[in-house]
Amino acid sequence: MSPADYGFWFLVSLTEITGVVCAIRHHALRRYLAFVIYLCVAFSLDAARYVISQTSGIESPQYYYFYYYSDTLLTIMLFFVLINLYARVFDDMGVGKYLRGGALLLLAGTACISYYMVNASSERLFTHFALEISQNLFFVGVLLTYLLWGAMVKMHENRSRVTQLVLSLGVYFSACAANFAVLNLHPQLAISKYILQITALWLPASWAYTFTKVPEEGRMATARVLAPNR
Amino acid sequence: MIALLISGISVLALLQFFVSYCHALIAESRSYKLSEQTREICGVTTHATRSDEFKRLLQLIAVCPEPNGDQNQVRAISLYFGLLSLIRTLLGWIKPAVGQWIDSECNGCAQAAIVMLDRRIAYNRLLMARQMGTQL
Repeated sequence: MSPADYGFWFLVSLTEITGVVCAIRHHALRRYLAFVIYLCVAFSLDAARYVISQTSGIESPQYYYFYYYSDTLLTIMLFFVLINLYARVFDDMGVGKYLRGGALLLLAGTACISYYMVNASSERLFTHFALEISQNLFFVGVLLTYLLWGAMVKMHENRSRVTQLVLSLGVYFSACAANFAVLNLHPQLAISKYILQITALWLPASWAYTFTKVPEEGRMATARVLAPNR
Repeated sequence: MIALLISGISVLALLQFFVSYCHALIAESRSYKLSEQTREICGVTTHATRSDEFKRLLQLIAVCPEPNGDQNQVRAISLYFGLLSLIRTLLGWIKPAVGQWIDSECNGCAQAAIVMLDRRIAYNRLLMARQMGTQL
């Protein structure tokens, strides 16, 4: 690992812990439990990645496998975070049960399609599945977040905290989907690694900021976010 | 082909989400009423703050002690302003189309900066008043 890798690893882990502390300190633990669990799991996986990189080396297949499959696990956990946000937005309509079912069905479908796509082309390595599924999962995340954001605008959702959490998730999903798609096209692209690290920093940092600075009772019209000069 | 399509759509979505996120950060400041003291200090006469005043506002913010650690917010706004300035430099040739939007975004950043300055001035005035009170 280069000094830059160590630096990023330390910074990301620190931000994840900061996110958890901010959520607890600002009494958001119970309300945003899925977020806190995600941050805790992300921190644990970062620690495990560090241990594997030290024992097997950062270029080893073990690290490669662990990195991409743990990343897939984290992405799936982010879907639960997204479901939590959906449930929050559609709280009054009582459709939480259907939303959960639909999201899980979509998740399973994405995994099946990714497996089929890789399996269909025999010249590709099985490890390519990890890249393919990450790209597809993140893209489904982009679509689901976009759908949620559209619904929030239509329903005139005005909770500032929910708005910022949805938008930060949208930034993360779209940055990762774009990065993995580019990585799929050019697997040796060096800059992708740094983009991944920056995006890993984005999510806990923006959540920590939201939990700290945006009060639960804060209100802001979504129309103002879309067209601020109105 | 699919990867290319995904990357294209994702980049567009990223831009929209990021701009909306930044709007959400500065939305609060749009309807904020500035105090007379801040208007006087900054020399602001109109309701809107111009983007070319942004750097001066940052300098004024830097000399004013911060309340409740709003330094991260200042950094976030500066980052967004820097990004917009970069886009303006890179896409200078399509200025008529994008320029107006960038100008309005930069004005929003300046407005957010002046609101932060206003809060810091109010905080410092409060501190001074408390200090005077204890001295008496």
